[in-house]
Amino acid sequence: MISLHGLTKVFAGGVRALDALDLTIADGEFFALLGPSGCGKTTLLRTIAGLETPTSGSVRINATDVTALPPGRRDVAMVFQDYALFPHMTVSENIAYPLRIRKVPRLERAAKAAEVARRLSLPDLLHRRPAQLSGGQQQRVALARAIACHPTAFLFDEPLSNLDARLRLEARTFLKRLQRELAVTTVFVTHDQAEALALADRIAVMSHGRMIQIGTPAEVFQRPATTFVAAFIGSTPMNLLPGKITSGALHVAGATLPAPAGVPDGDLVYGARPEYLELLLEARPGAFPGTVSVLENLGTSTLVTLETDATLIQAVVPEGDEPPIGTPAWALPRRSLLYRDDRLLHP
Amino acid sequence: MIRHTIGRLAATVFIAVVLAFFTLPMLWLASAPFDATPAITTSIPEFTLRNFAAILDNPYALGSIRNSLIQGGGAAALVVVLAALAAYALSRVRIPGRDVLLYVLLLLSSVVTGTAAMVPIFELATRLDLIDTHLGVILVVSGGLLPAAIFILKDFMDETPTTYEESARVFGASSLQILRHIVIPLVRPGLATIAVWALASVWGGFLFQFILLRDPDKAPGSVILYTLYTEGGSPRLDLISTFSLLYSLPVVAMYLFVSQRYGFRFHGGIKR
Repeated sequence: MISLHGLTKVFAGGVRALDALDLTIADGEFFALLGPSGCGKTTLLRTIAGLETPTSGSVRINATDVTALPPGRRDVAMVFQDYALFPHMTVSENIAYPLRIRKVPRLERAAKAAEVARRLSLPDLLHRRPAQLSGGQQQRVALARAIACHPTAFLFDEPLSNLDARLRLEARTFLKRLQRELAVTTVFVTHDQAEALALADRIAVMSHGRMIQIGTPAEVFQRPATTFVAAFIGSTPMNLLPGKITSGALHVAGATLPAPAGVPDGDLVYGARPEYLELLLEARPGAFPGTVSVLENLGTSTLVTLETDATLIQAVVPEGDEPPIGTPAWALPRRSLLYRDDRLLHP
Repeated sequence: MIRHTIGRLAATVFIAVVLAFFTLPMLWLASAPFDATPAITTSIPEFTLRNFAAILDNPYALGSIRNSLIQGGGAAALVVVLAALAAYALSRVRIPGRDVLLYVLLLLSSVVTGTAAMVPIFELATRLDLIDTHLGVILVVSGGLLPAAIFILKDFMDETPTTYEESARVFGASSLQILRHIVIPLVRPGLATIAVWALASVWGGFLFQFILLRDPDKAPGSVILYTLYTEGGSPRLDLISTFSLLYSLPVVAMYLFVSQRYGFRFHGGIKR
């Protein structure tokens, strides 16, 4: 278990990278720190590892306060974005390096390295140097090195971002299976929402050193707490349209919808994912009118951009159903979210 | 067409002259030691090995090469160790005004080994009882070499990603272990370059060795070379050329060894 209390990091120069964070990560949990670059997620991971000293607050790992301990005494293993494999050592020496530090005898080290390598399907590469390996193999060696020291927690910094797109999916599945088998608490940093949704048991969405929302992938996807999270999560960005409630009716982008019960009059932001908008070629009550202006092929579907009087609305239509550019069309929302003062109101 | 040919011809002649300018002394060094009557010209030698016998008879010749090895090796070792530690620290720790400090050091280094500092350094060496000691020479020449060595090594250190060290730290390695296991193996080509450069500088150095060492038993080869004159004051070209050849061999051998082993890569040892 990893718990953070009031964790704050202010860099020289006044940049507040972490702002009074409180968080508890359960044993065996696969936890994602998600956010755009500069949001503090890597600083948080490095603070847990001990590579950064917090300005205030504490880090506890398994009920031990490790805030003042050096990285080597926290019993965590970290995999860096560039894997940080030592280029002058063989794969076997790399994997066994944590054991070398613990003064494990040479032969025992080599045996252990071979065992871990076999487990990660790397056995034929033990005598190669990192430069002779592919990106995917390097990543597995880095994982093997982390596994070899049997830590209480794994810390992964953007573990998949150095791999090319196809390999990344493969490595993602591999990583998830491995974490499930080992059942070791794992914290990983990513800027890729799809990666976080696919891998994590829980996600913390971060922005400007704060946690905006913590929840399971389903919670974060279905009920983003703020418009920032709403815009960040999802493979196509959510439509966030300015709207207004007046006497029981919700006016958004040229359409009038019934206002949900219990929401007072006033301005708000109406959110609907492109996947939850149905595209129609005739007017229907409650559908947003517009003109088809851009078509983006997504393979099995197409992202259609409608130009309305005031704004753009995007909708996903199934492969083959895309209307020609320039035709009038209507987007009918099937699921929507309402935000007022950047807080989720409804449902 | 003709102008082009003449141009090419002129360029070739020019390069040949420049080449001759640099190769002739080398040719002289290769031929004169084996010549019974060497002069300041290069000619087919009247072959003899008597010059080698004569130089070995000189009471200081062989000892001076040993002295050069002590002084050069000592300075090289000191420079490599101190420069590696300093460069590592300067590369990894943020100090305000770090670059200014480096440039000032670099500037001062030419003063330390310059003629201007001769008197104070002699004075200092006298008071510290370092006159006529190998240590005195080693300390003074190392002082002059260190800033440039730190400057070059810092470049090597800067090129090794810090994630290697951070990774080792998370696995529990101490600072010394990180230096020994990770940093030194990675910057080894840089260290070899610095060692060769330091040794070669001391090997050819004359002024400080001449001033700090009064006892010919401690003098290095570069100083002994200066004593190979007749009583009338004219140079003994036979001895000078023979000793020069002998004196240059260890440095050439060292260069070949290090170059073959490390290839003098000036852009770090890491391919990414």
